[in-house]
Amino acid sequence: MPVIGTIFYVFLGIVAIGSALGMLINRNAIYAALFLVLNFATIAVLYLALGAPFIALTQIIVYAGAIMVLFLFVITLLGAEKLPGYEPIKGHRLVAIGMALVFLVELALFYFVRNQTTGPIPFLSAEFGSPKNIGVVMFTEYLLPFEVVAFILLSATVGAIMLTKPDRKVPVNLPQQQD
Amino acid sequence: MPLSYFLGLSAIMFTIGVLGVILRRNALVIFMSLELMFNAANLVFVTYASYYQVLTGQIFVFFIMAVAAAEVAVGLALMVAIFRTKHSIDIDQMSSLKG
Amino acid sequence: MLLQETVMNSTFQLVPLVVLLPLLGILLNWLFGKRLGEKGIGSIASLAAGGSFVISVLLALALLQNHEGARVPLFTWISIGTFDLSWAFRVDTLAVTMMLVVSGVGTLIHIYSIGYMHEDVRHQGDPDRFRRFFIFLNLFIAAMMILVSADNFLVLFVGWEGVGLCSYLLIGFWFEKGEGGLGNAKAAKKAFTVNRIGDFGLLIAIFLIFWNFGTLNFGEVFAMVPAVAEGQPGLLMAITLFMLLGVTGKSAQIPLYVWLPDAMAGPTPVSALIHAATMVTAGVYLMVRSQVMYMAAPAAQEVVAWVGALTALFAGFIALGQFDIKKVLAYSTISQLGFMVAAVGLGAEVAAMFHLTTHAFFKALLFLSAGSVILGMEHGLEAGNHGHSGHHDDPQDMRNMGAIRKKMPVTFVVYLIGALALAGIAPFAGFFSKDEILVAANQGNMAIFIVLVAAAFLTAFYMGRQVLMVFFGDARTDAAKHAKESSLLVTMPLMILALLSVLGGALNLPGMHTLEHWLEETLIITHPAEFIVPIAVGSLVVALVALLLAYLVYGRKPLANAKAADPLAKRLGVIFRWMNQKFMVDELYQAVVIGPYHKLADFFANPVDLGVIDGVVNGLGSLTTSFAGMLRKLQTGFARTYALSIFAGLILILVYILTRI
Repeated sequence: MPVIGTIFYVFLGIVAIGSALGMLINRNAIYAALFLVLNFATIAVLYLALGAPFIALTQIIVYAGAIMVLFLFVITLLGAEKLPGYEPIKGHRLVAIGMALVFLVELALFYFVRNQTTGPIPFLSAEFGSPKNIGVVMFTEYLLPFEVVAFILLSATVGAIMLTKPDRKVPVNLPQQQD
Repeated sequence: MPLSYFLGLSAIMFTIGVLGVILRRNALVIFMSLELMFNAANLVFVTYASYYQVLTGQIFVFFIMAVAAAEVAVGLALMVAIFRTKHSIDIDQMSSLKG
Repeated sequence: MLLQETVMNSTFQLVPLVVLLPLLGILLNWLFGKRLGEKGIGSIASLAAGGSFVISVLLALALLQNHEGARVPLFTWISIGTFDLSWAFRVDTLAVTMMLVVSGVGTLIHIYSIGYMHEDVRHQGDPDRFRRFFIFLNLFIAAMMILVSADNFLVLFVGWEGVGLCSYLLIGFWFEKGEGGLGNAKAAKKAFTVNRIGDFGLLIAIFLIFWNFGTLNFGEVFAMVPAVAEGQPGLLMAITLFMLLGVTGKSAQIPLYVWLPDAMAGPTPVSALIHAATMVTAGVYLMVRSQVMYMAAPAAQEVVAWVGALTALFAGFIALGQFDIKKVLAYSTISQLGFMVAAVGLGAEVAAMFHLTTHAFFKALLFLSAGSVILGMEHGLEAGNHGHSGHHDDPQDMRNMGAIRKKMPVTFVVYLIGALALAGIAPFAGFFSKDEILVAANQGNMAIFIVLVAAAFLTAFYMGRQVLMVFFGDARTDAAKHAKESSLLVTMPLMILALLSVLGGALNLPGMHTLEHWLEETLIITHPAEFIVPIAVGSLVVALVALLLAYLVYGRKPLANAKAADPLAKRLGVIFRWMNQKFMVDELYQAVVIGPYHKLADFFANPVDLGVIDGVVNGLGSLTTSFAGMLRKLQTGFARTYALSIFAGLILILVYILTRI
């Protein structure tokens, strides 16, 4: 692999982890959200490098564009960036970080001890993750999950509206009967 | 790049997401950490899709994104509703389960 | 001939009725008693007992034809492997003798109780308890019948326990009365507990029999005795001695006689029926029935004879120092039971049964008459109290009586007959039966003979003392002055019993020996009874001398008033006090047995039960509580903590997957 490629990937990795850490540490919620947007964008680039253009763009549109915007709306709506103090529960921080390290070690062990797959990502053609191919597979093999997901989205929409609906008596006008 | 690069990156992002869920008090930031965890999983899916040259992983990522969007919508609606009563989104204040 | 055979064979089949009729009486009284009124209740109960008596008579007549008797099984009770125990009735001469005594005297006492309890429930203030009394009385007859008609040791034990229960129920009949509101209940408890100790002995004997003989059936056991005796010589001694323990409990011998005087707390008909005529004889019956075993263990027989003789003498002394009319009779019963037990020990079972029968007659007579006297005194108390607010003299204390013969002539006559019979004056019944026992003692064991003669002397003396104190002299209190003769319902049974006391000697008159021939079928007569004139005359002389002495001490200068000291007290001083205090036997038991036992029970109750066992259980509870309290801290309510624990679980699952799969 050419050196430039390695540097490129390392750079992307650092940016991704860095923005994640930034989101973790930053007290201001809006800054955290913005760091997350950066993270998503980096991941999208990685998708491109993995030969999934459609997914990459979907990531940008849906995640960075819709979901994070929604987050930012809510944050500004609730005035949450002014949340005071950072008081962890006693002993939480240490235990959590310790467990996280253990977790990482375990995953590493999994990879080295149990894993059969290893090796480089093979070379992919431009056609691999193209919208056309994805469309073909989606609408033939995975048609049912597709429809179900549509249903899920519908129910989520309805749910979101129901949850935020204020309790207000709506006066009902009955049509007068006219003989 | 070898496979292990992407897997390692994904693992680290996932762990950071978990830490975010455990350590942050702001409910919205917790949600965002959840999204981070989702993304870590998505990365693994796409990686293996490319590795095995099968599109199934990418399809699955598509669905995950859709469901995550739905979940975020509902979750944020919940937060708004809670905020109306508690006037705070500090998750430590929602401790009615305390026994 | 065929008709006769079928008649007498089928007559034997009637034997379950002796138990079922009293049970029917109980049922009828229980269900319909309230509606029938006192007369109805009494009639049903008396008819039930009378029915038992009629059946017993029929059985006796059938036995005259068919001497061997029969075994009438009712149903199979226990059937385990090769061990078969059925509830069977045994009809033979010994059983029928007991049945006749129990049901005969029992019926008379039922009739007496109608009149007696009518007064008593009003005196004690609870007229509704009349019905309960008769139910218990019928229950007692039923249990006693089970005991005497049993064909095996276990059914006998059922009856044994049943009469013990009835004794408890009837002694504590007025359970809320007595000293300190508890006295009667305590007496009942004492009877039950002391009997229990005896029952323990009997149970061990039954266990030994079962273990070594493999069966509990009388016929089979007694047939196997010679073989077992050769094989295991100590075994029969153990069985008979344990059985003796049971007998000392039920028949009030040393050392377990202490319940009987306290049992006088029950109503008088109870004392008459249970503690004079029937229940206490169950022990004697048991030993007579198990005669074969005793004959195979001569050392045990010796022990039995001495226990009986010593009891007879000891109780005689105590009777001499008692002032309560019923207590004197109670100790007299113990003493006479000692005679019977001694007779069994000497191998003279017929004499024992003879004395048992005559004793039932005149002791029941004496108790019932004493009841009549007490009723009269109670009447006198109420009459006397009309004038001034009464201080309650004890209607049972002999010192409060005197000259009763003028007020209650019928009672006086029957009491006198009973007393003379008990003292052994010819030609009353007691003379013959006691004489037979003395003859057996004379031929068997001179030492016992002397002891029994001394006991006979005491018997006559204290009876003379009692008669003179109660019926002669001057009326010492208002109660005695105003005493009234009892109703016919009360005195009629007394007269019948008096008749029986006079004629009872005919059962086994020398020369005819009817009872002996009757019992020959069932028992092995080792010493046929003889009438040895010197001993007979000697015992008569002893009794007469005793009566004369009693007259000299109590008759010539009767007690002046109720508070006067007993003339014997001056002469015998400390010894009299000891006799009055029952030789402090109860106190001895209290100090040696009951006190330490209570302390032991206290120890187990408080440090062990409360401390250790409760401590362990409560400790477990509080441990669980504290543990739960610790676990409770896990529920912080913070979602982040829950997330953390989920993460921890995730890590553990990964460890599992890592290492297993």
